[in-house]
Amino acid sequence: MSPTRKSPKTKSRNVYRRPVSLLERPTHFCPGCGHGTAHKLIAEVLDTLKIREKTIGVAPVGCAVMAYYYLNCDISEAAHGRTPAVATGIKRCQPDKIVFSYQGDGDLAAIGMAETIHAANRGENITVIFVNNSVYGMTGGQMAPTTLSGQKTATSPCGRDSRTMGAPIRICELLSTLDAPWHIERVALDGAAGIRRTRKALMTAFKGQMEGKGYSLIEILSPCPVHMRLSPRDAVLFIKEGMIPAFPLGVFRQEGKAIT
Amino acid sequence: MRNRVLMNGNDAIGEGAIRAGCHAYFGYPITPQNELTAYMASHMPEHGRVFIQAESEIAAVNMVFGAVVTGKRAMTSSSSPGISLKQEGISYLAAAELPAVIVNVQRGGPGLGNIAPSQSDYFQATKGGGHGDYHLIVLAPNSVQEMHDFTIDAFALADRYRNPVMILTDGRLGQMMEPLSLYTGKPPKPPAKPWALTGAKGRKPNHIRSLLLEDGALEKRNLALQAKYKTILTELVGFDEYLTQDADVLTIAYGSSARIAKGAVDKARARGVKAGLLRPITLWPFPKARIRQLATKVRGILVVEMSAGQMIEDVQLSVGDITPVVFEGRMGGAVPEEAAVVDALRRLNTQKPRGARK
Repeated sequence: MSPTRKSPKTKSRNVYRRPVSLLERPTHFCPGCGHGTAHKLIAEVLDTLKIREKTIGVAPVGCAVMAYYYLNCDISEAAHGRTPAVATGIKRCQPDKIVFSYQGDGDLAAIGMAETIHAANRGENITVIFVNNSVYGMTGGQMAPTTLSGQKTATSPCGRDSRTMGAPIRICELLSTLDAPWHIERVALDGAAGIRRTRKALMTAFKGQMEGKGYSLIEILSPCPVHMRLSPRDAVLFIKEGMIPAFPLGVFRQEGKAIT
Repeated sequence: MRNRVLMNGNDAIGEGAIRAGCHAYFGYPITPQNELTAYMASHMPEHGRVFIQAESEIAAVNMVFGAVVTGKRAMTSSSSPGISLKQEGISYLAAAELPAVIVNVQRGGPGLGNIAPSQSDYFQATKGGGHGDYHLIVLAPNSVQEMHDFTIDAFALADRYRNPVMILTDGRLGQMMEPLSLYTGKPPKPPAKPWALTGAKGRKPNHIRSLLLEDGALEKRNLALQAKYKTILTELVGFDEYLTQDADVLTIAYGSSARIAKGAVDKARARGVKAGLLRPITLWPFPKARIRQLATKVRGILVVEMSAGQMIEDVQLSVGDITPVVFEGRMGGAVPEEAAVVDALRRLNTQKPRGARK
């Protein structure tokens, strides 16, 4: 027994705890999945900014929909891809609330591309969190708009051939051509440093919304080991060596201006 | 604004929505409902309300979804091809039991069709339209006055039953002008909405969901929906009757077809045929019981529609083999002629009453 335990004057200090905005619940996500990390970071930001009680999330079809199992705030489902439209409706009717969408690559960059572009172009004062893991996770690892050239998926069994299947779509770069977005940034859950940068990016985006700055999008490169067909460790390597070269990290729009 | 005004039907819906407390309107251009979107663009901001011209009909209905989850009243409108695009969103609204108002100013179909008035979206409106077992409450106005009044009702009903309500009208009613008296009452009082997403302050988080993966949960949700629909069926049936008391032949028509049918009833009576008209006001719930009752007293029923015959199926289901049910209709934006309806009524009048059924 350590001597400190005996001393009534010494109190243990809590240096790490589950954010209040994160519900205590065992994860159902696959081993090595990035969603749990992303949820925790969002929860930490809601706690830090003290906005949990005025925040409304929108979670669309795909693995992203399960956000309400974990985040301790009001959340609405959305039809596949319609997430920014639903978020627009919520925010315009309650401009004093904080509204975010939490979308996968299929939702945001394939079926919901029109809603994505137009919400950004209107400069809706919402925060879009875009989890890019290069595949459709929930449906079984099909090719996504962000699947890398040559990457094998259930629907590109010989590898994505960019001549016939298109090349990976870079959303941050695409949206940065618009005048309205206030902040656009790409980060990666590829290790401790990447996780810290992701938290910081989310903080920037949510703070900007609180100040009424307008539209922000944070793209998070995230592991999906099962459908990347890799071990959790190798999935992180895949982000570093495969995804980041195709989707360069960084800030693309800052304070409403394009970073060139 | 004066209380008695001359307006087109589309504008009358817009002004009705504003007076009903519609907080947000989302639309996309399509003829013949464009006046409504333009009216809302002009007038919603004056009242400090939300107007967005969406990037598509799909986005518009999903903006409505977002608006109504906050507990505010919201509406979208479109015309037939655009309403087809909204069906997924409407299914989600019905599944999550969200009160919303959707206006379909019908035009000729299928496909791109044309921009002339039609009633060929009856099946889509009354039988579900999107995926899954659900119903909309469907209201069918037949005048500019009713376009206005039913819009007020639509918001009240949507809130009362937590269900999407469709105003099913057509390009003629949308575009024509008639005098009307504007609604001067207060907006219908909305019920408490403890389910709304307003931020989880001092309460557990609210979730708007239609994904129910837990074993048995979705069946339970469906049973609850069906129980609600049963309540609506008993509480809400609406119809209008004209000269049905002594009628030997009955015509059934809704919306602008009912205006033609009414004229035909008068003409037929002038020629000695005792004709009457039943006009369903709620297309869902459908006035089955009253139609069945009238069917026992007449020689036959003539259904008049601007379609290949859609509502006629509900009439047949109501009537069974009690009395013959015949059809007079036009398609593709064509309008039934009064003379043709009169002829059909006269033909029907020659039917011999079949046996004793009182």
